[in-house]
Amino acid sequence: MTEALSAATLAAPPLASLRGVSKFYDNGVEALRDVDLDIRAEEFLTLLGPSGCGKSTILRLIAGLEAPSAGGLTRSFSAGSVGFVFQEPTLMPWAKVFDNIFLPLRLAGQSRGKAAPAVEQALTLVGLGGFQNAFPNELSGGMKMRVSIARALAPRPSLILMDEPFAALDEITRFQLNDDLLRLRRETGATIVFVTHSIFEAAYLSTRIAVMGPRPGRIAAEIDAAAPRETGNFRASPAFAALCEAASNALHRAMGEEAP
Amino acid sequence: MSAAAAPPPLLVLAGTLALWEVLVRASGTPPYVLPAPSLILETLASDRAILFPALLVTLGATLQALAAAVGGGVALAVLFAQSKWIERAFLPVAIVLQVTPIIAIAPLLLVYLDSREATLACAFLVAFFPILSNTALGLASVDRNLVDLFTLYGASRWRMLILLRAPSALPYFLAGLRIGGGLALVGAIAAELAAGASGKGAGLAFRIVEAGYRLNVPRMFAALLLICLSGVAIYASLAALSDLLLGRWRDVLARR
Repeated sequence: MTEALSAATLAAPPLASLRGVSKFYDNGVEALRDVDLDIRAEEFLTLLGPSGCGKSTILRLIAGLEAPSAGGLTRSFSAGSVGFVFQEPTLMPWAKVFDNIFLPLRLAGQSRGKAAPAVEQALTLVGLGGFQNAFPNELSGGMKMRVSIARALAPRPSLILMDEPFAALDEITRFQLNDDLLRLRRETGATIVFVTHSIFEAAYLSTRIAVMGPRPGRIAAEIDAAAPRETGNFRASPAFAALCEAASNALHRAMGEEAP
Repeated sequence: MSAAAAPPPLLVLAGTLALWEVLVRASGTPPYVLPAPSLILETLASDRAILFPALLVTLGATLQALAAAVGGGVALAVLFAQSKWIERAFLPVAIVLQVTPIIAIAPLLLVYLDSREATLACAFLVAFFPILSNTALGLASVDRNLVDLFTLYGASRWRMLILLRAPSALPYFLAGLRIGGGLALVGAIAAELAAGASGKGAGLAFRIVEAGYRLNVPRMFAALLLICLSGVAIYASLAALSDLLLGRWRDVLARR
């Protein structure tokens, strides 16, 4: 897969754009200070940083679940075309897999019959074809996460926000889902903003990495990670090692220079 | 599971009754002190013209009050879920009603209401609170992320209530219903006891008091047996309803 973004894409207006965004909570915590960030169409942007650095807050701001305390936030995608994947699968335990994935379409006013093909397609995309009638508690952790991703994919969103979706999974499952995620991105063309505290995950998946520092959360560095990935095993390539090193160094600097 | 490892409850019950029967017969205890189980069953059959109408009165009041408590409890819980202000305003009232023993409220209710209405009111008051508090808890303990997800997809308050909060609250509500069902019977009996001799439309508790005045101990026991069986039947049918509604989802709750 070649990761060079076309000139047209770069010239297009960003899907979302944060300018000098700060966020304070009522308890006095300053979650973000002066964040500038553009989400460009078709990119895979990873927010990499330690816990408590406001990565999730940025996702929630982009999703519109929270409003910035200061600064400007513009979003150029329509309300229905954003998907969100949480750290936990966040499925409705009383509903079958089909109904869980049907949910966003249902809330958008689609009938069950009309939505069925989209639901089945989303399930096939995540490799769970035939599991429509299972209940979430009958699935493994990795499968639940796949259902959660299928739910985000079902309405064919232009932007998918993922908040440490694989953090609770074992490493083997995580690698597998990382590969699946890259494939899904190729097949759907969706823009993905991904939050993680794993340097390796960030280096493996991203076209761009925004390294964040803690207290208050801010973007400390941006790394262009659009390296070519034709190599069969990118994880074993020198390019991957170089990316990991760059990300790791940036993270160390971000942690060292905590703002006063 | 072997019988030795866990004695089936029916076996224990049968053993107890058999022992009771033998002791009463062997010691020659007169029936007005302690009737044997066989005599209680005989009395149940011979006094059926008095006891069964009384059973229907008590059960009718219990079930009507329970239905009203479900309606009122769920409605108020939904209101609580909509606004913290309403919850803060009304919850103390509900708690005061709950912690005041119903047997102490019953005589006052009888001043204002006739005995049937007072019975309904008492049974309602005791059944209402567990249903309200459990349902309110269930409506409030919704997965925060799911709330965010519904918000993200632009769900209205109403749809969030129907598609998310109601199913989340269902197991809590059913637990409250099982408690409320048993308490409704307690409330109805308490009101009947307080109402005392008001003859017409008398329930089982009134029959117990009446039989007590006449030292008809076997009938007291027979009426008590009917009350006990009613309680068991109410609990069993609510448990069955709960199994039916929760179905496979119950496994999830058991594992959490």
